[in-house]
Amino acid sequence: MIHAVIPYVVAALLFGLGMYGVLVRRNAVLLLMAVELMLNAVNLVLITADTTVKAALPHGGQVFALFVIVLAAAEIGVGLAIVLQFYRLRGSVATDDVPLDGGTP
Amino acid sequence: MTVADGLVAGLGAVAVGAATLVVTTRHLVRAGLWLVVALGALAGVYLVLGAELVAWVQVLIYVGAVVVLLLFAVMLTRAPIGPSDDLDRRRWPALLIGGGAGVALVALFVDAYRWSTVELSGTAAGAEGIGAQLFGAWVLPFEVISVLLLAALVGAIVVSRPDVGESP
Repeated sequence: MIHAVIPYVVAALLFGLGMYGVLVRRNAVLLLMAVELMLNAVNLVLITADTTVKAALPHGGQVFALFVIVLAAAEIGVGLAIVLQFYRLRGSVATDDVPLDGGTP
Repeated sequence: MTVADGLVAGLGAVAVGAATLVVTTRHLVRAGLWLVVALGALAGVYLVLGAELVAWVQVLIYVGAVVVLLLFAVMLTRAPIGPSDDLDRRRWPALLIGGGAGVALVALFVDAYRWSTVELSGTAAGAEGIGAQLFGAWVLPFEVISVLLLAALVGAIVVSRPDVGESP
């Protein structure tokens, strides 16, 4: 027997921490780490819902968690390729240096 | 409080503490290593909740592959070994939004699931049950995700070609 609120609260705290990290970090690699925290918070909600909610299809939450893990792996691969290419072009991984207007700084 | 409650609360506290250090530490490499602790503790929570397959996939893919990729990126971008002072922006806007989101979600979940308890016995599924679901009801999304992985692979290769970005 388990109180369902405990893993849900852990997931909510992890999501808040990940959002704080995404907003506060200037280094693009650290920003990707904070994104991983947010994705893991969502995974924890899915797994907990899988155990606590009786659904028509059994274990849909765990299957969704597996899908989210695969999506996170794809995201981190493309994200790191972009970060490394940006470092090669500008010699920096700071997100403040990214030009948003499309022009060359 | 049962044993499962204590385990989930303890592992969850470890995960939240390590995640706090990930977003606050001033050492780039240590952030990656604290991420290992946070993700490993989450894998333990999955085990307690009965999701064995997801727990081991988490250990294999997140702790094994994603963190290694992140540490490679830290090394390839010539990150300094010691503490860095210019990692963070101003703290209070991020603290306001991140803390607000966290507190709002906690309030929502506590309000929804306040004292509800669930029996864990009988809910545990091995790889067999998950595999039957994955290749039965969810086989179309599974195949679509393989196409997405291929697209991400090709995209990552194209983006990291050295001749991209040179003036023509």
